[in-house]
Amino acid sequence: MVSFELSDEQRMVQETVASFARDQMEPLMRESEESGAVPDEVIAKGWELGLLGGCIPEEYEGFGEGLSALTSVIALEELGSGDLAMALHLMSPTVLAYAVMDQGTEEQKKSYLPRFCGEEFTPAACALVEPRYDFCPSALTTTAEREYDEYVLNGRKCLVALARESDLMMAFAATQPGMGFAGVDAFIIPRDTKGVEIGEREKNMGVNALATYPVTFKDCRVPVSAKLGGEEGCDYLRLLSRCRLGLAALAVGMGKRAVQHSRDYARDRVAFGEPIGSRQAIAFMLAEMAIEVDATRLLTWEAAWRCDKGIDFCKEAALAKNYAADMAMMVGDRSVQIMGGHGYIRENPVELWFRNARGLAAFEGMVMV
Amino acid sequence: MIDFELSPKIRATKNMVHMFAENAIRPIAREYDEKEHEKPWELFKMVQKVMGSMMGGGLGGGEAKEEKPEGGEKKPRETNLMTAVTVEEIFWGDAGIALSFPGGGLGGAAVQASGTPEQREKFLARFSGEEPCWGAMAITEPEAGSDTANIKTTAVLDGDEWVLNGEKIFVTSGKSALEDSKGFVVVWATVDRSAGRAGIKPFIVEHGTPGMQITKIEDKMGIRCSDTVSLSFMDCRIPKENILGSPEVMDKTKTEGFKKVMATFDATRPMVAAMAIGVGRAALDFIKEALAEQGVEIRYGISPNRMTVLEREIMQMEADLKAARLLTWRAVWMLDNGERNDLQASMAKAKAGAAVTRITQKAVELMGPLGYSRECMLEKWMRDSKINDIFEGTGQIQLLITARRLLDFGRDQLK
Repeated sequence: MVSFELSDEQRMVQETVASFARDQMEPLMRESEESGAVPDEVIAKGWELGLLGGCIPEEYEGFGEGLSALTSVIALEELGSGDLAMALHLMSPTVLAYAVMDQGTEEQKKSYLPRFCGEEFTPAACALVEPRYDFCPSALTTTAEREYDEYVLNGRKCLVALARESDLMMAFAATQPGMGFAGVDAFIIPRDTKGVEIGEREKNMGVNALATYPVTFKDCRVPVSAKLGGEEGCDYLRLLSRCRLGLAALAVGMGKRAVQHSRDYARDRVAFGEPIGSRQAIAFMLAEMAIEVDATRLLTWEAAWRCDKGIDFCKEAALAKNYAADMAMMVGDRSVQIMGGHGYIRENPVELWFRNARGLAAFEGMVMV
Repeated sequence: MIDFELSPKIRATKNMVHMFAENAIRPIAREYDEKEHEKPWELFKMVQKVMGSMMGGGLGGGEAKEEKPEGGEKKPRETNLMTAVTVEEIFWGDAGIALSFPGGGLGGAAVQASGTPEQREKFLARFSGEEPCWGAMAITEPEAGSDTANIKTTAVLDGDEWVLNGEKIFVTSGKSALEDSKGFVVVWATVDRSAGRAGIKPFIVEHGTPGMQITKIEDKMGIRCSDTVSLSFMDCRIPKENILGSPEVMDKTKTEGFKKVMATFDATRPMVAAMAIGVGRAALDFIKEALAEQGVEIRYGISPNRMTVLEREIMQMEADLKAARLLTWRAVWMLDNGERNDLQASMAKAKAGAAVTRITQKAVELMGPLGYSRECMLEKWMRDSKINDIFEGTGQIQLLITARRLLDFGRDQLK
């Protein structure tokens, strides 16, 4: 029976994360963007929320009852309303952890999950995106060739968040090039593995608080046991789709916050003797922004709900993610426009949302639900 | 718990209605577009017999909010969701025919929402009778569209009767209600022009009332099966008890009736959104099938920078349609749960009206010269869909309502 009502648990998660975003993340957003680092206190307090450990079952030392994509997108929306870079930093371990939880062998679960259940934040990297204008997750140029009981990885990656800070990295590579999504597998690779080269920290247009790196694999040899899911490999499209839901949810959060900010400004800012929100040119922009944020949220919820129900959700996740990227750009752009010249000044948050928003179209991986 | 699965009851109805739309409506859609001003009587008689009771007094009528029972558990209702889902299916069949289905329509909805028990008894029973019957609503005037406060039609109390004088336009199903069946029209008129909105009251006028005349039947771009008429009222006398709500003006405590009629929009706007979605889905289904026949694959998971223009368009159409449907479901779900939904209703209609107008236009474009031909249904759907961005409040009116709620501005602060 159709319902739009959050469960009690979901509402609790939503409220907890929302107040963390408002009280801990947002006040430090500008400072961390300018200094290029997520403050330690945000990481520590964010980890205390137990978002990750809360999804990992007790048998792997977590304290949760498993993963719900819906509850995850609800939490991520709130994190996204705080700050995109901080959210991506804090949730960086989700790709590896959730992928292992979802599709790892028993042995992989036992050896990798407990490390994300400790009291200290434990980052993990995800190497998926490649530095090419025609990058497409269905046609990775990084390859993993089987040689006896090893795989040999070759190729270049970029936008690998926390590559240098993480002990482990989940790298996606084509084991059967030309086979599209079906030809890609995931490998769990320790940072110090020979053949892994982590480059200089990247400089991007936005999300500057998030440390991202280019990573090159040069004849990087890993044992067969490093392949997610063992001999059979993994359902890469499913993992990618779970990541897309995460990015869509972050976009909704950012969009929601930008609408609130623009709304408050349109009420307060007076021009020609009345608030600018009294003019339809501004008011209609706001209305459309709000509608698109809600539309994106519902598309994301529906796809996440399908995921939890065990119905195919990959198409829905792709549509939601692309829709979210377009929405974020539209909302980011308009929130700058509504503030006029003030929107262009770095004292105000809107220009950062505008820059961050553009990244969402390019990002893949990075966070998982 | 968040859930997007329709209940078995709604699913069963949806399937049944879809089959009906596919087999009984779609095949004659083009015919009744070309034969403007004619009705598929056979179909309507069948509809009245088979589905009259199930439709609960007519399409587009929705249902008014029920008061939350004090204490006790909320009973889950899904009447409005059921209507929205059904409406989408029927309009997938054909918008013009669906819109002219027998039933109470907006007039019936107004009586349902704000009538006294006696009024409901007297005026609504006819919609579940043997013969097709229609209700209509007359709000718009040549100089008052969305601006209802500017209504000039007057109602003056003379003894036991109200005397109506004025002119109404764009009355959907006016001919069906007043000429083709024993229906009625709910007419909005002012009892005191100096009182502005507070002076405007809805009145029920029966078919055949002397002084009321159909003066024009409009020729339209689309939804041609549905009749749209002008009405003139010249000393048209109706019983005193035919007013909906209180006749009192200015007394703030007695504006319930007016408010309730306005509140019918909270139910009808999502239904108009559902109508739009039905037409949009027809166009999208058609174009996806046509592409599949040509062996064109839509590669959903690929990066935006790798998509063809065609793929990007189709995906955008699909996401827009789904977004509109989810916004609509949310608005009716809130209504079913007794929550205030005027904001969400306007959001849904704004989105659906604009999205489907664009979807149908794109569908015509993507099919090239074939799309423009009347051999193909796409051009019809493009014409039909446009009305959803206009009636029951234009897309701009929906944005205005949405913005006022967002900004917490009254009508004086955001004009």
